[in-house]
Amino acid sequence: MKTLLSAATLALSLSVSSLAVAEPIKVGLITTLSGGGAGLGVDTRDGFMLAIKQSGNTDITVITEDDAQKPELAVQIADKMIQSDQVDILTGIVWSNLLMAVAPSAVAQGKIYVSTNAAPAALAGEKCNPLYFNAAYQNDNLHEAVGEYANKDYKKIFIMAPNYPAGKDSLTGFKRYYKGELAAEVYTKVGQTDYAAEIAQIRASGADGVFAFLPGGMGIAFMKQYAQSGVKTPIMGPGFSFSQDVLPAIGDAALGVKNSGQWVKDLDNEANKKFVPAFQKEYGRLPSVYAVQAYDAAQLILSAAAKASVKDTKAFAAALKAADIQSPRGKFKFNNNLHPIQDIYITEVVKEDGVLTNKTVSKIFTDHGDAYAKDCKM
Amino acid sequence: MILSLALEQLLNGLQLGVMLFLMAAGLTLIFGVMGLINLAHGSLYMVGAFACAVVAAATGSFWLGLAASLVAAAAAGAIVEFLVIRKLYDRDHLDQVLATFALILVFSEGARWVFGSFPLYLDIPPLLAGAVPLPGIEAYPLYRLAIIGVGALVALGLYLLISKTRLGMRIRAGESDREMIAALGVDIRTLYTVVFALGSALAGLAGALVGALQSVQVGMGEPVLILAFVVIVIGGIGSIKGALVGALIVGLTDTLGRFLLPPLLGLVMPASTAATVGASLAAMLIYIVMALVLAFRPRGLFPAKA
Repeated sequence: MKTLLSAATLALSLSVSSLAVAEPIKVGLITTLSGGGAGLGVDTRDGFMLAIKQSGNTDITVITEDDAQKPELAVQIADKMIQSDQVDILTGIVWSNLLMAVAPSAVAQGKIYVSTNAAPAALAGEKCNPLYFNAAYQNDNLHEAVGEYANKDYKKIFIMAPNYPAGKDSLTGFKRYYKGELAAEVYTKVGQTDYAAEIAQIRASGADGVFAFLPGGMGIAFMKQYAQSGVKTPIMGPGFSFSQDVLPAIGDAALGVKNSGQWVKDLDNEANKKFVPAFQKEYGRLPSVYAVQAYDAAQLILSAAAKASVKDTKAFAAALKAADIQSPRGKFKFNNNLHPIQDIYITEVVKEDGVLTNKTVSKIFTDHGDAYAKDCKM
Repeated sequence: MILSLALEQLLNGLQLGVMLFLMAAGLTLIFGVMGLINLAHGSLYMVGAFACAVVAAATGSFWLGLAASLVAAAAAGAIVEFLVIRKLYDRDHLDQVLATFALILVFSEGARWVFGSFPLYLDIPPLLAGAVPLPGIEAYPLYRLAIIGVGALVALGLYLLISKTRLGMRIRAGESDREMIAALGVDIRTLYTVVFALGSALAGLAGALVGALQSVQVGMGEPVLILAFVVIVIGGIGSIKGALVGALIVGLTDTLGRFLLPPLLGLVMPASTAATVGASLAAMLIYIVMALVLAFRPRGLFPAKA
């Protein structure tokens, strides 16, 4: 009798707990914490952990590992996390080539993947998956925004990107919206650090504007060299080339550059007004867009955890899709391909109290999805 | 306009070549004299750039930073030689490669530990800022001209050092027969430390000069290291003259390839495809040149005496 009673109590408490107290969730955060791209990974990790810390939710365990920006290492870590750590959710990868190596196989094994940055076209169209969520954007989005912006003031643009898939996606995205003439289309080497040859071409091309997608160290090198070259043609680019992680290293050479972003530090909404100071207080620096994306990914997981058990993958995915969060970006919802529908802004690099940062110039797209969603049958 | 662009690209190629020479000279000197393959040469380049950035940020003077980069890289080189490299002279090249590769990891993660993962800021000195008009060229960055000048001075200095001084005599002697000069009473261990520190200082100087044009960050040395190896393989391992010629060949080939290939291919295919294919071909070009040189001169253009 006594056992029966305790069993009944146990059963009752279990059914209650599945509603009120969430089940333990294990999140595997694979990101780049060493090598040249580590700045992006550090911001990803810090943004993610800030949301977890703020929530006070102790049911979520985050296991963080460094992929050193190497696809083969990312695959090994993911296998280990799925098989021996038994994680429920994977997240954190910065680079598209690493994501392509990890995410498709993780979702095939029934795990949920929430991307904090990488968003290759290949996973947004026909190959979309009910367990693959992207909390950042689709890769083309920020380039499209600059293309649309360029229509207004420019007639002949010189466009340039590194010669790898994301670079080609970038110029494709730009050209999808830009209607004017192209002065030239140039692909540079990945990791190239000297741009004298390209700058000479820009000078000779007679372009009235330059669109450059050069993330990380490449952008720093290009901007510093451009400022010294005496060429005055205005530069514009997607937000990655001028985000908070690289601006201090570019210095004043970046002042006045127009770029794009789905989040800007000065966006006027409650969530953003709380997020920016909280991040600054916790880590002593301004957040970059990577930190915001990871912060939102963590918020999404937290919001879903409050509604459904992670063991019920279908219900959990549905709760994620509802995107019941207050994003520092303002509006945020998922498209049918589980990529964001969000506003995109044109921003300008300015100096505030001696610190380089971006300020909003105008909203260029409202409720912008992506070009691949129509091919996704979900 | 076309002529002006071509002239400018020639200067760009020259400048890239000079920068590669600063890296390759140290690498080839160390290999020639000590028979050591030093993969950590790129790390010393990084040490120079970081030292320059940190000192320039603290004092506000690029020139003090430049001096600091020489001192820091030479000191780092001497310490590494004393602690690690000394044990490697009698080992085969595979052991040297393994140990110096480990040094790359130690330097990179050490730099990250001290300076963090975000790139540092280093700007060029105001004296060399801006662009100046040259005959036939509308404007050319003054700083790049200065790099060409520094490279020419270093080449001259190394030539004088090796052919006219006592130290140079010992270096040449060490290259041709190390047992003999040890038997003649020359302190070969000190000589090796000095050569290693000299090579490191050159790498540090290159790092500081280039750091002002690029981004000062962890891992910045490795791409340059690969190019420097291409340079010394083309020039002939162990030869300073070879390093100079090889560096200029690589600098000019790379720059002119990037500039000329896409438009040339554009004559036979659509512009967008030509841009992609041209860029890929241009990236391969220096390796194609290296393969051609090796096919006809397996020991490089100016092989040092073995």
